[in-house]
Amino acid sequence: MLAGTATVMVIDRATFAQSSPVSGGKGYGTDPDLIKEYKPGDFWPLTFTDHQRRTATMLCSVIIPADERSPSAGELLVQDFIDEWISAPYPGHDRDRERILSGLVWLDGESKTRFGRVFIELKEGQQSAICDDICREEVKQPEWVEPSRFFKRFRDLTAGGFYTTREGMLDVGYVGNVPLATFEGPGPEVLAKLGLA
Amino acid sequence: MPHISAKDLKSNYDVIVVGSGAGGGQTAYTLAMEGVKVLMLEAGRNYDPASETPMFQENFRAPLRGASTPDKPFGFYDATVDGGWQVPGEPYTNASSEPGRKFEWWRSRMLGGRTNHWGRISLRNGPYDFKPYSRDGLGFDWPINYEDLAEYYDRVEMLIGVYGSNEGLENTPNSSPGVLQPPPKARAGEVFTRHHGRKLGLPVIPIHRAVLSTRLDSKTIPAKLHPRNPRAQSILAQAMDERAACFWATPCGRGCSIKANYQSTTVHLPPALATGNLDILSDAMVSELIMSDAGKATGVKFIERKSRQEMQVKARIVVLSASACESVRVLLNSKSARYPNGVANSSGKVGKYIMDTVGARLSGQIPALENLPAHNEDGAGGGHVYVPWWLYREQHAGKLGFARGYHIEFTSGRQMPGMGTFSPLDWINGGRYGRAFKEDARRYYGSFIGYAGRGEMIPNEDSFCEIDPVVRDKWGIPVLRFHWKWSEHENRQAAHMQQTFADLISAMGGRVRSAPEKDGSKAIEPGGSIIHEVGGAIMGSTARNSVTNQWCQTWDVKNLFLTDGAPFCSNADKNPTLTIMALAWRSADYMLEEMRKGNL
Repeated sequence: MLAGTATVMVIDRATFAQSSPVSGGKGYGTDPDLIKEYKPGDFWPLTFTDHQRRTATMLCSVIIPADERSPSAGELLVQDFIDEWISAPYPGHDRDRERILSGLVWLDGESKTRFGRVFIELKEGQQSAICDDICREEVKQPEWVEPSRFFKRFRDLTAGGFYTTREGMLDVGYVGNVPLATFEGPGPEVLAKLGLA
Repeated sequence: MPHISAKDLKSNYDVIVVGSGAGGGQTAYTLAMEGVKVLMLEAGRNYDPASETPMFQENFRAPLRGASTPDKPFGFYDATVDGGWQVPGEPYTNASSEPGRKFEWWRSRMLGGRTNHWGRISLRNGPYDFKPYSRDGLGFDWPINYEDLAEYYDRVEMLIGVYGSNEGLENTPNSSPGVLQPPPKARAGEVFTRHHGRKLGLPVIPIHRAVLSTRLDSKTIPAKLHPRNPRAQSILAQAMDERAACFWATPCGRGCSIKANYQSTTVHLPPALATGNLDILSDAMVSELIMSDAGKATGVKFIERKSRQEMQVKARIVVLSASACESVRVLLNSKSARYPNGVANSSGKVGKYIMDTVGARLSGQIPALENLPAHNEDGAGGGHVYVPWWLYREQHAGKLGFARGYHIEFTSGRQMPGMGTFSPLDWINGGRYGRAFKEDARRYYGSFIGYAGRGEMIPNEDSFCEIDPVVRDKWGIPVLRFHWKWSEHENRQAAHMQQTFADLISAMGGRVRSAPEKDGSKAIEPGGSIIHEVGGAIMGSTARNSVTNQWCQTWDVKNLFLTDGAPFCSNADKNPTLTIMALAWRSADYMLEEMRKGNL
């Protein structure tokens, strides 16, 4: 449990401390309808201005562009999920909100300084010139520390938003969530690759 | 007799059962099937798994992609209603805020309680687990042996349906022949661990979980469980026929609308209701026991949550099965001039010796699991294998520095992606984006593996609960205040867990996500976080040293029983739910016998 053991579950305990109060009615509450399908904005108001949304859409698609296997994150509206995330009334989300919104401002500032235009008006190579400087785990320049934290968080949210869509799940080869008569385990091809055939 | 509202309460019942989870469900089932008139009181709302379980819902349909929040700590689709480590309006307190001194208390407020979301891991305590004091001089022996409970383990496993295998390993009991259902095949990461774990002497064997891998045999099991009771047999056969086998999709923590896994609401309560002998009143928050001048429990006081009215109901026998700490709370809050320290507390032991399970984890990435061909690894929505404790001999020889063992649970495979699935990519690739990121996601998906240790905590004098002198919940009921402390046995065990996992990941050619902690107090998860809390009203062989006898019957009040985890006097590494049910069945059989004899 944890639980219930609890079986092993991955819970980011850091984002909500052990004794943090529940959302006091501002979130979806402790007894939401689990059958219904939801969309961003159903429970709490969203944040992005039109320009922020367009910038986020662009950055989503720079991080996860379209290729032969799947569409871009922007095409799958991951930016709306990010808006939902940073607008949520739960502990930790306020930190993300601050980081993402100030990061988007920084991105435009950096774009103007380097290329004289805001991020969404840059050419692909110009966008990647900026992203190349802030995408690494190891940050070389002190002035890129905070932008790198922004980029890492934005990428994490983009990946979370993208790979939970039907297209994203298919992209990585998730083929479950279908009823089976029997569970056969890894087939001979898998076992051969593991050297256990 | 069905789900009722407060106005339909009868003036008297044979037995009141407080709580509807594993212990309450089993107690009510056993009694109702034998003709006893039972009232079950549940603090939370009624809950219907058939219509409320999100089967097949993908994360994109949920707010925040299903990620955990304080409202739903195990994620949006977790079955828990009005629960978590905090319940709105129902606080508890901790005496200390020092690290390692806090206890976190998971509760839920729903029919079936925590059985709706639990991990379904169903391991038997072994012979050593009932006599730990005799074995190493620490803690307490149970007043029963493994043999006393073996038959009840068989019965519970046949009733609820448990998959697993009989391996004949030390202190890891076999079930009787024909009792277990066939275990599902191991997943790729589990097979790979089994292969390389041999180098470290780790036995990777099928885990036991309360999930139907095949339909229950409704032709033969009912007669075994209810000999000489044709009506019970026919009711149970019908209930078993309403349960489908697992279709290997949808995580068990959501609950199961096809009733393939065990939850009290799909397994214990339907046949018990079908007898006509069970009334269930939900939204009934029990506050205290009502006692007679003769020192017997005559009923309970409760608050009807919708009307906020305090009410009373009476019975010949009262069973508390509200979860270990909640039952303790009821006993301690039943204070009067005659019982200044609460009911059933002449020993002063009520609230003492609260135990959780020791938890520590480590994760890694296994290159051999990269780029595997796409295949479906959903399986039974939990681990298919585990490692039972394997160092009994070394430990008994005093070579390990801690006295009790642990087992290892696995998280692996190509599970349905969630918010955290690709977070470790930065660690592996140093931070990329664009087409390269997508390629990495394909390559590394399914190559991450996690191991979690689940170990025995020894009861100690510093881990207990009492009534907070000041704080009350929204119903006006005084709340619990916890005291907590791990001993060096638990801390060293947690460090041993992480070192083992690091060695295992290395043996598999993998990379460890973080270095194992040498200081176990940094590796161990907070008290209560594994949600295996037991104790608080321990059973024993004398009234001086314990709260209940071997039948979960309080020494002081003979018509008062505790059939949740409260009577546990040790907390083996084996997850407690199966043992709670076996003890509850045994206790209910004793009640039946004593009622027949006219003693109750």
